[in-house]
Amino acid sequence: MKDNVKLMKGNEAIAMAAIRYGCDGYFGYPITPQSEVLETLEAQMPWETTGMVVLQAESEVASINMVYGGAATGKAVMTSSSSPGVSLMQEGISYLAASELPALIVNVMRGGPGLGTIHPSQSDYFQATKGGGHGDYHLIVLAPSTVQEMADFVSLGFDLAFKYRTPSMILADGVVGQMMEKVVLPEQRPRRTEEEIRRQCPWAVTGKDHGRTKRNIVTSLELDSAVMEKNNERFQRTYREIEKNEVRYEARYTEDADYLVVAFGSIARICMKAIEDARKEGVKVGLIRPITLWPFPYDAIREAAKNVKGILCVEINAGQMIEDVRLAVSDSVPVRHFGRMGGIVPNPNEILDALRRDFIDKPANAKED
Amino acid sequence: MKDEIIIAGFGGQGVLSMGKILAYAALENDLEVTWMPSYGPEQRGGTANVTVIISDEPISSPILDTYDTAVILNQQSLDKFESKVKPGGVLIYDPYGIHHAPTRTDITIVPVDAMEATIEMGQAKSYNMILLGALLKMRPDVPVEAVVRGLKKALPERHHHLIPANEAAIRKGMELVKE
Amino acid sequence: MTREEIIRPENKVYSRPRLIDDNYMHYCPGCSHGVVHKLVAEVIEEMGLEEKAIGIAPVGCSVFAYNYIDCDWIEAAHGRAPALATAASRLNPDKVVFTYQGDGDLAAIGSAETIHACTRGENIVIIMINNGIYGMTGGQMSPCTILGAKTATSPYGRRSDLNGFPLKVSNVVALLDGTCYVTRQAVHTVQAVRKAKNALKKAFKNAIEKKGTSFVEVVGTCSSGWKLTPEKSNKWMEENMFVNYPLGDIKDTAAGLEEKTVEVKKS
Repeated sequence: MKDNVKLMKGNEAIAMAAIRYGCDGYFGYPITPQSEVLETLEAQMPWETTGMVVLQAESEVASINMVYGGAATGKAVMTSSSSPGVSLMQEGISYLAASELPALIVNVMRGGPGLGTIHPSQSDYFQATKGGGHGDYHLIVLAPSTVQEMADFVSLGFDLAFKYRTPSMILADGVVGQMMEKVVLPEQRPRRTEEEIRRQCPWAVTGKDHGRTKRNIVTSLELDSAVMEKNNERFQRTYREIEKNEVRYEARYTEDADYLVVAFGSIARICMKAIEDARKEGVKVGLIRPITLWPFPYDAIREAAKNVKGILCVEINAGQMIEDVRLAVSDSVPVRHFGRMGGIVPNPNEILDALRRDFIDKPANAKED
Repeated sequence: MKDEIIIAGFGGQGVLSMGKILAYAALENDLEVTWMPSYGPEQRGGTANVTVIISDEPISSPILDTYDTAVILNQQSLDKFESKVKPGGVLIYDPYGIHHAPTRTDITIVPVDAMEATIEMGQAKSYNMILLGALLKMRPDVPVEAVVRGLKKALPERHHHLIPANEAAIRKGMELVKE
Repeated sequence: MTREEIIRPENKVYSRPRLIDDNYMHYCPGCSHGVVHKLVAEVIEEMGLEEKAIGIAPVGCSVFAYNYIDCDWIEAAHGRAPALATAASRLNPDKVVFTYQGDGDLAAIGSAETIHACTRGENIVIIMINNGIYGMTGGQMSPCTILGAKTATSPYGRRSDLNGFPLKVSNVVALLDGTCYVTRQAVHTVQAVRKAKNALKKAFKNAIEKKGTSFVEVVGTCSSGWKLTPEKSNKWMEENMFVNYPLGDIKDTAAGLEEKTVEVKKS
């Protein structure tokens, strides 16, 4: 066994990867199924090694505002929570986006609405990808499907957040948060020095030091509508840049596929098992797994859909990403949804049954309902 | 090689840690592995179960509907999972507290008197290791040596003095499986 | 005497603090904010904290504090300034972080953040201007509105049976082990201004010396909200506010944090 291969939960991998990224601060509040992130950080005591600050806040509202305060000083800061807690954070996330601050937010989704269940769900897709809080803004949303990606997306999330000065989100769920599998953690990187922060983030609120004569102000407030519109136009230009450069997805078996499954995060790997089973029966099914949920891989899905007879959108929710899949393919091919709710995770057999019911067993000339 | 395992019982019986030790053993043996627990209040008294998949190829779904192997520690779990063992699969269970024994004839059913042995050995905390021994006997996915190495990884340092007792329990469990 | 003869350096008896910008202030005549802004600017300058000070602005009348005092600022969401200050301070321990908030921002929507920052003993300065009213949104009742006071949302006077009692925040945070200095000041007379400035200096010094949280309440006037002239506002404040919010130090643990809590016994 290689020494650097570890076995750990997705939540633990997030915590370890944060330390190794050189993250400056984590602020969070316990909530199932993600409390291991905070627990692991407190047990690792990174303030003794890298100098990373870890603080259990009094609420998710305080957590996200601590992230806001830390990010405004140019530091790489993050928080994590699960669905009800992320709802509480929406105000702060909107402020982060409006103030053009880099930060990382992790949502290990559980079933809602309301207090709901502690079991896995993907029902915060709309909230994560369409804004979530008030105002016209987007987060860069990364959807991990393995513990390895939980670890890798910490650095990717931070790097993209700093590149575009916008908050990014890891949208995971209870499956990938709670499961253990093999992971190779990234190498330990040093935290950025004050000097590097001043260079990378000349906007940062660091005190008017090192000869800076003009004060830095981080604010989302602008009462002059003409200026506020300009600010919004700038945000939108950034979002267009991100859409152009940062779309990520995984395509499996799409070259010869007669049917396409589109799924993200943990359910995508469960779909892979269904697809492998279908292929054993001679039914050619392919998979597109959006890795960035925003920006969404519209073009890749449109391309992959050209030669298929149908698309099954599998989500652990009532059908949310399906709207983006339909936007991608217009009416060129039938698109169906399969999902479970309330914390129930579909198993591979159910997915295969849905494929059969909606497409495979349907006569080719059957009238669409 | 691929073994899809469900371990199920009451919270507190060591279900999740049995799975964890098995998972670490697989890691030690350079195999692919996933460990997917039921989580939440189950940990504190309700039913708990964990799906462990060990394979020499990458594993897609960590969540399954049918299993090659089931290790069952209580009646509720037997009722729930007996039907989910694949034909030709293995069901290991402790008859202690079981009122309705498994009835399937297309799978190998292995009763292991683990509770009895635990009391005999005077080591209540080794209960799950006896069942792990029975599992390793029926499904030699990983050698016992790898399990002992896995124990070192799974247990915090302050519990390492318990490893010899755990190993003894594992070997006892192996013996309890009648040829 | 001509204008030119008057405006000469040797005749100068007072000047605008260097760190107060030459901007038109949006505050109403008679408002206490202007004076407290001046004091904060003077304290930062006199203590040589220009390169270290990070201010956290609230939502309320002083939302634009960052336009008047020349140091780095973060503008917080309503009530959250102590949370921002917590992170800014912990991540930048060599800086001096202060919040500047009103009683609506701090005592209502921000009560949780305030209490927890104080009980953690964050090494920050919290400044609260208490004029017992929401000024910016048009004079509504705040948690600190005194009984009988008429506001837009208590048009017949605040009633304890309907609206509860005024929240004496300073007394509350003084009970917390994390605060090292809690004081209530005013800026309506020259003498009061001098005292308030000394209190602010002590608070900033505590933050530099990492003694815990310093909480400076300044009881102030809101002529517009109270619908009184500035002169009458001062009189009303002395007669009504000071009775409920008596001035003076409430807590001062010069020796640093008091270890009042007892840790779990090691078995």
